[in-house]
Amino acid sequence: MTDTNHDIEQPDGRVPRRVIGTPSPATGTSLLGTDEHHAEGVADVPGVIPQNEQTARKGERVAALCFTVTFLAAVAFVVSYVAFQVGDVETTQVSTLALGGSLTLALLALAAGIVVWVRMVMPKYNLVQERHPMASGPEAREYVAETFLQGAAESGITKRPLLRRTLLLAAAPLGVLPLVLLRDLGPRYSDFPSKLRHTVWGEKTKDGKNRRLVVEGTGAPIRAADFNSPGGILSVVPEGYEHDLNALAKATLILIKFRPEEIKSGTNKNWTHDGIVAYSKICTHVGCPAALYEQTTHHILCPCHQSTFDAADGAKVIFGPAARPLPQLPIAVDNEGYLVATADFAVPPGPSFWERGDAEAEVRENGGHA
Amino acid sequence: MNRITAGRRHPLARYAVLLLALGLLGGFYTLAAPTSERADAAIASGRADDVAEGRKLFEQSCSSCHGLNAEGTANGPTLVGVGAAAVDFQVSSGRMPLANPGAQAPRKPTAPWVNDDTIRQLGAYIQSLGGGPVAPGPEQVDPAKGDKAKGGELFRANCIQCHNFVGSGGALTQGKYAPPLHDATPTQIYEAMITGPQAMPVFNDSIITPEQKRDMIAYIVGVREEPNPGGAGLGRIGPVTEGLVAWIVGISLLALAAIWITAKKRQAHQ
Amino acid sequence: MSTGTVPKPIAGTSSFLDDRLGAGNFLKRNLRKVFPDHWSFLLGEIALYSFIILLLTGTFLTFFFKPSMGHVVYEGSYEPLKDVTMSEAYASSLHISFDVRGGLLMRQMHHWAALLFVAGMMVHALRVFFTGAYRKPRELNWLIGVGLLTLALLEGLTGYSLPDDLLSGAGLRITEGVAISLPLVGTWITFFLFGGEYPGEDVISRFYSLHILLIPGILLALISAHMVLMWVQKHTQMPGKGRTNTNVVGAPFYPAFMAKAGAYFMFTFGVIALLGTFAQINPIWLFGPYTPADISAGSQPDFYMGFLEGSLRLMPAWEINVLGFTLPLSVLIPALVPMGIIMTGLALYPFIEQWVTGDRSEHHVAERPRNNPHRTSIGMSAITFYGVLWLLGANDEISSFFHVSLNWTTYVGRVLVFVGPLVAYIVTYRICLGLQRADAAVIGHGVESGVIKRLPHGEYIEVHVPPNEAIEAHVRGKTPVPMIAGTDADSDGIPPKGMRGPLGKLRAKMSKAYGGEKIALDDGHGHGDEHGEHAEVGPGKDDKSLTH
Repeated sequence: MTDTNHDIEQPDGRVPRRVIGTPSPATGTSLLGTDEHHAEGVADVPGVIPQNEQTARKGERVAALCFTVTFLAAVAFVVSYVAFQVGDVETTQVSTLALGGSLTLALLALAAGIVVWVRMVMPKYNLVQERHPMASGPEAREYVAETFLQGAAESGITKRPLLRRTLLLAAAPLGVLPLVLLRDLGPRYSDFPSKLRHTVWGEKTKDGKNRRLVVEGTGAPIRAADFNSPGGILSVVPEGYEHDLNALAKATLILIKFRPEEIKSGTNKNWTHDGIVAYSKICTHVGCPAALYEQTTHHILCPCHQSTFDAADGAKVIFGPAARPLPQLPIAVDNEGYLVATADFAVPPGPSFWERGDAEAEVRENGGHA
Repeated sequence: MNRITAGRRHPLARYAVLLLALGLLGGFYTLAAPTSERADAAIASGRADDVAEGRKLFEQSCSSCHGLNAEGTANGPTLVGVGAAAVDFQVSSGRMPLANPGAQAPRKPTAPWVNDDTIRQLGAYIQSLGGGPVAPGPEQVDPAKGDKAKGGELFRANCIQCHNFVGSGGALTQGKYAPPLHDATPTQIYEAMITGPQAMPVFNDSIITPEQKRDMIAYIVGVREEPNPGGAGLGRIGPVTEGLVAWIVGISLLALAAIWITAKKRQAHQ
Repeated sequence: MSTGTVPKPIAGTSSFLDDRLGAGNFLKRNLRKVFPDHWSFLLGEIALYSFIILLLTGTFLTFFFKPSMGHVVYEGSYEPLKDVTMSEAYASSLHISFDVRGGLLMRQMHHWAALLFVAGMMVHALRVFFTGAYRKPRELNWLIGVGLLTLALLEGLTGYSLPDDLLSGAGLRITEGVAISLPLVGTWITFFLFGGEYPGEDVISRFYSLHILLIPGILLALISAHMVLMWVQKHTQMPGKGRTNTNVVGAPFYPAFMAKAGAYFMFTFGVIALLGTFAQINPIWLFGPYTPADISAGSQPDFYMGFLEGSLRLMPAWEINVLGFTLPLSVLIPALVPMGIIMTGLALYPFIEQWVTGDRSEHHVAERPRNNPHRTSIGMSAITFYGVLWLLGANDEISSFFHVSLNWTTYVGRVLVFVGPLVAYIVTYRICLGLQRADAAVIGHGVESGVIKRLPHGEYIEVHVPPNEAIEAHVRGKTPVPMIAGTDADSDGIPPKGMRGPLGKLRAKMSKAYGGEKIALDDGHGHGDEHGEHAEVGPGKDDKSLTH
């Protein structure tokens, strides 16, 4: 093992000193130019190390150039605003590029100019200021404590309990007022939990018929005979509620066409029609529309948190954080051959909530009926 | 000569060539099968030698997985009834013949023997086995004839959950994925909807009509060709790349600026 | 120090103000207030300036935005959405993007500034944490900072939901799904927030007033308090030549620091303008209007919510029903626990550290991260925990980009979220000790000079010279991590008061592990063999490679 010989003397100037870590300020300040090169107007104060005049002059020129660029870019911004109209994707692209480009240039040039100014024109600083402990000292504290007690005594709050107690009494309900005011943020809470349990599929249409399933996006009713390609899937909404977001948030469905032999026991076959099964599209985890359907594996994947359901087997959960299967909707065809819902979901669709309870278990106990 | 060579590399050249090819292909079908919706008619009017040539091609390139009579094997599904549309989609997008078994067949450059004629012949053979959907005509997939806004609503209802809001693709379970739609031709998009390749479900014509499909194609093609008015598109996959840019570009640039502002100047040794 | 007379207009104005405000006294004390210089001290300013830019661009946006969920048919100039039914909020966001000059630029700058606001707070908080700058007397400012970070997340969440496009609606839906799953109060909270059933027609206008008034108001107040405390307590400084716990060395506020801060504001503004111009963010027109029936693949929150998204994705299914009530633990645990661990951990750390080290003294010199290895390791551990969750929040994009199985990313993440922090702790601890040893070597043996010398017996050595004084002062700024004195039991085997009982014993044990000098700086003198004496912290033979 070789040792380092500290006794070998090296002329200081010849040995490069390696710089690691964060250099401290004001190293080697003595190497700076002598007084006659100092920029004008800088007083001789300890810790203020003036720039030499040559550097300062160069800095001034560079900074001035930067500021001029800012001026020109700002003018260009105004010109672009007038010159480029918007109104479609292409013109917006041009306008954004011109406005944003000139703004960027103006700001960055200004920033660079100021940095050059600070670094090349202003002196270097190595000022030292004393810190004092944050605590204000025993005298001040004592004074404050005494004054506080004296003030409390003067005000009478300590000696006059009636005053104190009625003041507290007055303050208590006042603090509650804002909370009371918030009550009307929602209309009637009492039927809210039960609303969460029902969807518009349970309601008959105006003329007392079962509600039809219609294609999301076109609103066309679906003839069972037309939805005839195994491996088919469709996003379905209730007729009459195509644009009612509150209804859609609970009632949107995915309709899947199976070959009859593919359907497993988890699916209620009485609620299917000719291999067509309808599940709630609203994920039972936190409510994203779960509709990434793989026709080869019959997996339904939710894109938000990747809960995976087996569509062939009652949409039971096979992966991910969802704890319950997607509820199945009982469907049939009406006399014109269109798909309709014969009843509401047996269990509340969508994410779990405190008052929900184990609706699935109740349904099982009641033999498949809610 | 140079102009042609340069033109071949133009980003639109691919589309131009494909559109030309599709036009020719479509033209053939329109001539050969005036009622192209009807599978039976297509078979009836398909030339017998196409079927024979197709069978030869099938035996050479497809039968090892799909069986000598396309009845399917352990390695590949039966092709009886999948139709010429499925053949055109799978072969023209390079997915078939499959190079490596995996979770899913990727889009890739087509095999050397693949051209419009061989696809047509192969399609005719498969069509002759059990019918099925046939490739759409050029009218049916012409983006210019579709209504983008209506197509967009259907696209959002049925496609984006897997393919993402502009068709940039997305992940499915167990290594499967919904491929990006950037390179898919209008015909391939149509064929994918009616045949349901691989994990993709089927959207048959009786539920989503051919006109509606053309609207969707108009939207998909329109949006993917639309410039990004706000600068670089960052892959158009949403906030993930935006977050990366905020950190890698934004915070890094500002850290560099901070270093410049506070840096001690190297002392000049005179 | 006469540098000329003050020009008349300035003298006039200033005497006008001083006559009325007495501002002269304040300025006398503060104009030349000294600010220490270090690049990392500017990181917090990213957040400060981003906030100002958020206020400016945000105000512009409010001139055009209509916070209404009423249905309209779009008649604006973006063709692929023509005649589509949508909310007024979304239509007005499209209007800002395509029919207002500079509107898209302002929207994008607002969004980028929001990302940099949170990212700036994060890097600033990490700098403060790793240098121990939260120690007494700055605990209160640290707590304000934690509050600011929490509010910033809330501010981001409310802003993300305003344009009412399909992506923002997905975020809102998840927020609703999480809120409604809370035991006992869940349905009440969602009922009041949404004015009834989800999504209702109220939430956007409610989020709007939270987003543009209430939360920014609190943010502004807290940021001001943060600044005032920093001003009063004076900034910490890095260890170095002439810097002590009782002074502050650097540049004066006027003119140097003011100019630097101004330049940095312009840089922040410029970088945000750069991003807003050249990188498209949140292209709402591509997402389409919100409907609870649809969602896009790869629907993600903004990056600062990614860790919550990741923890929701990692959690296996778990829901229990008791007495007719439902507890969806696979929502509650991932939504509350990681956030709780991180925010509570941040808030309590200064106080826990004080309890463990028994240190009640003021600290104004920042610690280099290596010099408090346990703190640095805990920090890296937390970063890893956060990072794994964050990464998993994008596991679908990772899966689709790198062609790996989505399910496997989840399985791997479930393991990594526990193993990762542990590994990070151990690795960081070893690296810190290694760096301390390297410091000791610099002090003890000097630095390599690049000069090779041949010794009389033919051996070649490299000459080491003492480090330059700035570096030496920086390295020598190290102080041992404080620990509670006299934790050991006395001769009768009775531990001192306060160290009895399980908690006291734990405290004593932790204090011993956390505090103290792991690698003494001046051990490095002379020959390498001396390193054997601190073999308990690391094999002495490591030192060879470091010193020679």
